[in-house]
Amino acid sequence: MGARVNAVAGGTANWVDERTSIGGFVKFFARKLFPDHWSFMLGEVALYSFIVLLLSGVFLTAFFVPSMTIVTYDGPLATMQGVEMSEAFASTLHMSFEVPGGLLMRQIHHWAALLFTAAILTHMARIFFTGAFRKPRELNWLVGFTLMILSLAAGFSGYSLPDDVLSGNGLRIIEGVTRSIPILGEYVSYWMFGGEFPGEALIPRLFTMHILLVPGLILGLIALHLFLVFLHKHTQYPGGGRTHKNVVGLPLFPVYTAKAGGFFFVVFGVIALVSAVFTINPVWNYGPYDPSPVSAGTQPDWYMLFIDGGLRLMPGWLFDVIPTEWELWGYTIPMNVLVPAVIMPGLFFGFLALYPWIEAWATGDRGEKHVLDRPRNVPVRTSLGVAIITFYVVLVLEACNDIIAILFHVSLNDLTLFLRVAVFVLPVLAYLITRRICLGLQRKDRELVLHGKETGRIVRHAHGEYVEVHEPLDEHERWILVSYDDIAPLEIAPEYNDRGVRRKGYKWDRFKQGLSRFYFEHRISPVTPQELEEAKHAHH
Amino acid sequence: MHSLARHRYHRAAPVVLVLLLLGLIAGIAAAVSTASSANAATTTSADDVSEGQKLFAANCASCHGLGAEGQDGVAPSLIGVGAAAVDFQVGTGRMPMQASGPQAIAKRTQFSQAEISQLAAFVASLGAGPAIPTAEQVDPALGDAANGMQLFRTNCAMCHGSVGGGGALSQGKFAPNLWETTPTHIYEAMLTGPQSMPVFNDANITSEGKRDIISYLKAQDEGSPGGLRLGTIGPVAEGLWGWFLVLGLVVASTVWIGARSS
Repeated sequence: MGARVNAVAGGTANWVDERTSIGGFVKFFARKLFPDHWSFMLGEVALYSFIVLLLSGVFLTAFFVPSMTIVTYDGPLATMQGVEMSEAFASTLHMSFEVPGGLLMRQIHHWAALLFTAAILTHMARIFFTGAFRKPRELNWLVGFTLMILSLAAGFSGYSLPDDVLSGNGLRIIEGVTRSIPILGEYVSYWMFGGEFPGEALIPRLFTMHILLVPGLILGLIALHLFLVFLHKHTQYPGGGRTHKNVVGLPLFPVYTAKAGGFFFVVFGVIALVSAVFTINPVWNYGPYDPSPVSAGTQPDWYMLFIDGGLRLMPGWLFDVIPTEWELWGYTIPMNVLVPAVIMPGLFFGFLALYPWIEAWATGDRGEKHVLDRPRNVPVRTSLGVAIITFYVVLVLEACNDIIAILFHVSLNDLTLFLRVAVFVLPVLAYLITRRICLGLQRKDRELVLHGKETGRIVRHAHGEYVEVHEPLDEHERWILVSYDDIAPLEIAPEYNDRGVRRKGYKWDRFKQGLSRFYFEHRISPVTPQELEEAKHAHH
Repeated sequence: MHSLARHRYHRAAPVVLVLLLLGLIAGIAAAVSTASSANAATTTSADDVSEGQKLFAANCASCHGLGAEGQDGVAPSLIGVGAAAVDFQVGTGRMPMQASGPQAIAKRTQFSQAEISQLAAFVASLGAGPAIPTAEQVDPALGDAANGMQLFRTNCAMCHGSVGGGGALSQGKFAPNLWETTPTHIYEAMLTGPQSMPVFNDANITSEGKRDIISYLKAQDEGSPGGLRLGTIGPVAEGLWGWFLVLGLVVASTVWIGARSS
């Protein structure tokens, strides 16, 4: 029996191979090695939730009507009986309450979208903190960054499709933000909405964007993203025998095909479970879009909260004296919208997108890197990352200020004042504290390498001295703690040469030196073999 | 007796005992709450006003004054606020006020329904004001929930949230959750505009309109067809659960899958 199955399978494979020459590819992919670590699966989570999004999305398109034509509701929902609404909203109610499994599919789609965006950010944080964006992977960082922006576009366009009050308010804010751009804003807004907001063109346009344009781009970029991973080979954490020139890991087939295949179902299962238990985006509560009502607790989905937070944080007047909305040559320049919703995200995302180049340029470190950094060994990058996250979290908290105020019974006004200060102070504090923690951990690593692990065994010598026995690290443990780059700050030539003539380009050099010092002035060098030898002699 | 001794050690015995205990507790709770609602239905007697005046002097006059004329910066005058205002403020436990703060907090009522009616009768005798609505005026079954939804969205949702889950106001004040509020109290609140709330008199929202709103709010008792509602506070709660529950479960499984078996 087994032999017959093998013969049939072999024959089929041979038939396919003779016509496609696919055997070479299969061999290449099956033998490709990947290092093993749980954090390498965060990107997979994003990929799998995207697949869940595609599957559930196909189901939803079968019932959604992307039209702003007004109809009168006549369905099972008592609170909507006889209410006028767009066909988009009516079809959302129809698929939720009359299509079997429709509501579950909607909830799966929405929960998967929240997981998709959260997984992308977590994956991006992993790449950032371990330095996986360094040469040769800068381009792939940029591809990933673009995917992150596209996930926001996909999320926002989908969130707005049901044409309910909540998402309509979100669109109104987007319209306001677009209009805040001097001179161009109004034209762009008219072009987007096909006239005055809300118009009648929006839902069909968003639909095309949501089901065709954005997912198409995401699919293409995912292919490029994964192709580049194959091309560059996967990075690995430091460990015995791992260098910038090799990959230590397990083959794609059978190990990772099994793990990844199984993991897809785990992700799908978690999404389905949560969707079956928890309501998400109950549009029947918000009602059909009408530009006049705005409910308490109006917020966008979490991934857009930071922009909402920026808008809520921005004062209309600085210290009650300087207005933030300017009137110049007959034009209104609303800095109170432009700064938090256009300039801030622009700088924020710009910095993120360009970070690989910024770091390489500032540190002058241009070698190929395939072994990841332990975050503590790059204190400045790690602290910058934590500062950025802190800034982001403060904005998100401000976007939830009314929810926080009512849940914890604090004053909304005081909370906003506090966060206005915190948005500047907390990132700096986070930076300083994180750097201190990183340096402390590095010192602890040095201590471990030099003196070994504490065993808790106290020994009394014959002459009465008590000592604790330290157990030296084995080679594998030591490798992890000592094998990292130790870069000293840039040394530059003096300002004047020996004849007292001022050197050209000194100022630029001094600037570069400042940057290099920013990165490397506070650093703990790894233990050298010589130091290790000396420590051994000191003990025994 | 023997059979009881035999079943004592059965596997299901602890579960059965816990269930019995829970049943007992639920039974007592139900008995107590029916007793208190029976209490609430007690009708008032003829000398309400004079009884109410005594209650007022003992419990309210220290702030509102013996003649209910109020004190500047302490408590408002109650002349002309009507029986509806008293029934709402005292009936929801907001008055007598527990402590001064951004706003009076609803708590356990301090008086029986009979005493509240006496207080209301006294305050109503001081000047004409809105009366306590009849049972028919507040019956959710007679209202039109869809019309209530539209009225609620236009007039109430900006403070109380899209389905009456509550929302924050400035300086620590807030619009409360409305799901536990009785239809009569909802009606009275609209009629009298307690604290930060505006007055919605009958020219603004008709008596039928108010009943429609009550009907819309009571429709929320049915819960959400989508499952647990996460407090109905919108995308913030969804995002929080998305990060901590969904991503948490998924990351926990990556750690599990990533752990080497060898």
